[in-house]
Amino acid sequence: MLNKNQIAQRIAQELQNNWYVNLGIGIPTLVANYIPEGINVEFQSENGVLGMGPFPFEGEEDADLINAGKQTITTMPGAVFFDSATSFAMIRGQHVQLTVLGAMEVSENGDIANWKIPGKMVKGMGGAMDLVASAENIIVAMMHTNKKGESKILKNCTLPLTGVGCVKKVVTNLCVMEIKNGAFYLLERAPDVSIEEIKNATEGKLIVEGDIPEMRL
Amino acid sequence: MINKVVKNATAATHGIEDNMTLMLGGFGLCGIPENCIAELVKKKVMGLTCISNNAGVDDFGIGLMLQQKQVKKMISSYVGENNEFERQMLTGELKVDLIPQGSLAERCRAGGAGIPAFFTPAGYGTEVAEGKEVREFNGKPHILESALTADFAIVKAWKGDKAGNLIYKSTARNFNPMMAMAGKITIAEVEELVSDGELNPNEIHTPGIFVQRIFQGEKYEKRIEQITTRARL
Repeated sequence: MLNKNQIAQRIAQELQNNWYVNLGIGIPTLVANYIPEGINVEFQSENGVLGMGPFPFEGEEDADLINAGKQTITTMPGAVFFDSATSFAMIRGQHVQLTVLGAMEVSENGDIANWKIPGKMVKGMGGAMDLVASAENIIVAMMHTNKKGESKILKNCTLPLTGVGCVKKVVTNLCVMEIKNGAFYLLERAPDVSIEEIKNATEGKLIVEGDIPEMRL
Repeated sequence: MINKVVKNATAATHGIEDNMTLMLGGFGLCGIPENCIAELVKKKVMGLTCISNNAGVDDFGIGLMLQQKQVKKMISSYVGENNEFERQMLTGELKVDLIPQGSLAERCRAGGAGIPAFFTPAGYGTEVAEGKEVREFNGKPHILESALTADFAIVKAWKGDKAGNLIYKSTARNFNPMMAMAGKITIAEVEELVSDGELNPNEIHTPGIFVQRIFQGEKYEKRIEQITTRARL
């Protein structure tokens, strides 16, 4: 079974050279720590920066330079700042090649729910709805089940939706799945996780074709 | 050069009255008009509708206005990190309209650009789409979103001149340029009010035509919401 860092590490293997990438808050942010050797990517943050660098050293924080999670950041050579309308033009206009974000639930037709739990304080969707509605390539990073052990990989989402039919790939603590034709296609298993375990943890339609390799980290 | 300089935040916010709609620039606490917010807190204008991506934290930004219950309605994309906000929202004292961030930015831009509405894919199939017209373009469903304007837009820039030309710093730009366009009256507070001709016309982000009043803020606290650092090796 993967921990959060290993989920990020596996997603980082999907990065391709010279891609522009938007990373959501939580596990997705960790993907930046595992960029494969020889791959150059530029990170976009929807509050208005392309070419995000690592966190600053203590004492070098700049209040005017933050990411979408409101954390202090730095920039890389070639970075650029822009306003929020331009930022979402990049996103809606599909100029960003990959979006990685977290989810509370994902369904077999690619629906995603990640912004609201009825009865709990609603904080808002931020940029998530714009991101999922337009991105060509969305990878969801999430735990396969909730704390009670119930599946979050569902036939239909039960929570209010963030977007419909938009998720293409899901990387969980148990496996990598592709969503197509209204089903989850199992691509890889996490080390020491059996197909049986994945089946038991998946409520949505799971397709297992041929030999499913163990992922390499 | 048209001179739009006013003396201070008091003069700049003159005419802001109860029950008006305001736009306030900023993302989190980054690039917010601190001096005007302090003035509105002092003036205690009530019943405001505030359009702003976020609602500040308990003791800074719009949070200061929430403490005095000056805000009737918030139009935002994300409002976490604020206990008083949560309390007022749950008791129904405060109305909240949550909008996808990109739609919020574009609705402000449209408001300033004379475009009454536009179609966007964001929010289709979600509760954001309820009651909105849906139309397919290139085989994909989109929802109709309307433009936003405000009685006053209050923005914060790094540098400005007396004509109201503005340059923002780093990610403190965020919603400020679109909101500057969408205010019936736009107030710009700047860290540095520079002398005539000092700004390079090639580098101006907001043309002064969008700004009606400008002043240099007395002081900027520039509070950081999430100080995040890495270790020196």
